[in-house]
Amino acid sequence: MTTASEIDKKPAVTALRHKDLLGIADLSPEEIGLVLDTAEAMKEVGTRPIKKVPALRGRTVVNLFFEPSTRTRTSFEIAEKRLSADTLNIAIGTSSVVKGETLADTALNLEAMSPDMIVLRHSSSGACHFLSRICRSAIINAGDGMHEHPTQALLDAFTIRERKKQLKGLKVTIIGDLLHSRVLRSNIQLLTKMGAEVWVCGPPTLIPTDIRRFGVQVSSKVDEAIVDADVIMLLRIQLERMEGAYFPSLREYFRVFGMTEERLRLARPDVMIMHPGPMNRGVEIASEVADGPYSVILDQVANGVAVRMAVLYLLAGGAEHEDAA
Amino acid sequence: MKTLLKGGRVVDPANGIDGVHDVLIDGDRIERVGRNLPSNGATIVEIPAGLVVCPGFIDMHVHLREPGQEHKETVATGTAAAVAGGFTAVACMPNTAPVNDNANVTSLILAKAAEAGLARVYPIGAVSKGSHGELLADIAELKQAGCVAITDDGHPVKTALLLRRALEYAGMFGMPVIEHCEDPTLKGDGVAHEGFHAASLGLRGIPGAAEALGAERGVLLSELTGSAFHVAHMSARASLRAVRKGKEAGVRVTCEVAPHHFTLTDEALGTPIPYDTNMKMNPPLREAADRDAMIGGIVDGTVDVIATDHAPHHYDEKKVEFDRAPFGIVGLETAVSLSLDRLVHAGLIRLSRVVELLSVNPARILGVEGGSLAPGARADITVLAPDLKVRVQASTMQSRSKNTPFDGWELRGGVAGTIVGGRALFVNPEARVSL
Repeated sequence: MTTASEIDKKPAVTALRHKDLLGIADLSPEEIGLVLDTAEAMKEVGTRPIKKVPALRGRTVVNLFFEPSTRTRTSFEIAEKRLSADTLNIAIGTSSVVKGETLADTALNLEAMSPDMIVLRHSSSGACHFLSRICRSAIINAGDGMHEHPTQALLDAFTIRERKKQLKGLKVTIIGDLLHSRVLRSNIQLLTKMGAEVWVCGPPTLIPTDIRRFGVQVSSKVDEAIVDADVIMLLRIQLERMEGAYFPSLREYFRVFGMTEERLRLARPDVMIMHPGPMNRGVEIASEVADGPYSVILDQVANGVAVRMAVLYLLAGGAEHEDAA
Repeated sequence: MKTLLKGGRVVDPANGIDGVHDVLIDGDRIERVGRNLPSNGATIVEIPAGLVVCPGFIDMHVHLREPGQEHKETVATGTAAAVAGGFTAVACMPNTAPVNDNANVTSLILAKAAEAGLARVYPIGAVSKGSHGELLADIAELKQAGCVAITDDGHPVKTALLLRRALEYAGMFGMPVIEHCEDPTLKGDGVAHEGFHAASLGLRGIPGAAEALGAERGVLLSELTGSAFHVAHMSARASLRAVRKGKEAGVRVTCEVAPHHFTLTDEALGTPIPYDTNMKMNPPLREAADRDAMIGGIVDGTVDVIATDHAPHHYDEKKVEFDRAPFGIVGLETAVSLSLDRLVHAGLIRLSRVVELLSVNPARILGVEGGSLAPGARADITVLAPDLKVRVQASTMQSRSKNTPFDGWELRGGVAGTIVGGRALFVNPEARVSL
């Protein structure tokens, strides 16, 4: 039994009191802090010779991916295995969706086999909200359409915090296809909640309506957006966007928005260069920058595992779950 | 056989009546309306105080889905929904399967309507064969079979030239062209109003300008041809501006607004249920400035008609990812309550204006009987219970589909009864009236 005095002694939050992780929109700054703190402990697990803890032993996690993904799916799978969960990967090519089954039926059939968590990647915005309404399992959003990619934002925040100690007060500039990016939507919510100054930059054709209402600065002038930036995050430019007449050519995109060593001099001397991947070298980012000293792109990938371990662990009940077990 | 509706408040703006009157019905026609009419052997029906007797409501924009999509709705279930919602007549859109572009389909719909024997059905024919936007449909044939207007609804008429020709040709028969106003390239693969809420939910946007371009095009071509043009399910403030300018210039343009567009905004996409597919329709729920403009147009008279765009879909079709769900919601059984609650009780318009919007004007625009309780008029009557507390319940709706965003809403004002051709086809047990 918990008494009032015990509650007073505890930190503000010790678990994610949500059934699901659908988006950064649902997390408080304290909960974001908890995930990042927990991820630090999880990162240590990855440095051991035997990279495994029993936290999710006996739990079943289904990675349900309706879109091709190498990085995110692998990262989740490694995270699950390091927590000793039983994992199962379902990719669209091998699922019954190709036979015309609805997402609801696919999910309910999986549910009938009593998984504890479903990690969902889907091309439709809101697919995770939809599943969360019909499933008992915890739903973890691994990217839904153009909506959110919360674990990416969390791993980005973790990577920034590792270097800069805190997010508050940093100038973070995000450049690229803002309109179609779920990474953008998760990141601007997380960064503004944690007190960073966020600038977003891209051609006007690729800027979502009323994006200022998220509390960010908007510019189509790269040189203005990156002045004194502590962090520059580049978003992937999809080649098919040219067909939608969003911009004339990749060459011209690189000329106006591409991150080059020369341009980088406008940012802070200790600027971090980030990219959620997969990169288009020579389009949104020059190879010299991607491979250069400011780049933390591979650190992001490494931290992804620790952050996803933290999310899985905390959604499963965190320390409370272990006490009970 | 005669019936005397005794003691209700009669609101009949076409004849300048608003007060306690009796209505004498002889068979399927109105004999007379007046104070303290003698019964002379007529069956007396007491209308309790507080109820309102009006000319029958006409919903000029519904999808009855038959033939071809009977799992969503049929003429029988759709007209049952109509009378339960206070409508004595509906006009049904031609985007059935096959499309209503010939007399066979029109006749089938009318035969089904006669068989059901509920609300009157006025079929609307296609502008183009198959609604493909290439060749004009046989419009004289459609007219003769019973169509009252033409439209390629679901989509805009494909080209400005074809719309011009349709206006000119249909004008010969006095039929209006009803247009789903939309620039298809600007709409693209959008699924929600282009604004902050779609941006934040990651939904592809449809700007208000996509609709307004269609409205502007229609107003210009109506001016060019001198024919009647009607803007269907108007939602964007820029479209209203186009209609208003057109009317000021004497163009024969009219427009309708659906209850969801004067009630809801795009904020409903995210709350209370994020990505609720019952909040998905085309045109989409727009931002507050557009919703307020629609109300403004209803108040100032620019808007002629309230029509539901009743678009039933089976729950399987709506129980999918938001961007894969079909556009559209049912509306027949909520329109009257929403109009009374949101417009009349909100103090924006009077009851007589509601009757204009739901009865007088649709009858005039479609050129059909109705909209009046004058002696000799058809005894199509809607009885309102303006103060009735209504709780919307999707599960008990008459429509075969239950895709309403208003399930569970509590509204003030409802339908007490619906009389078609002198026959009471719907009586609301809650309203304590025995028609």
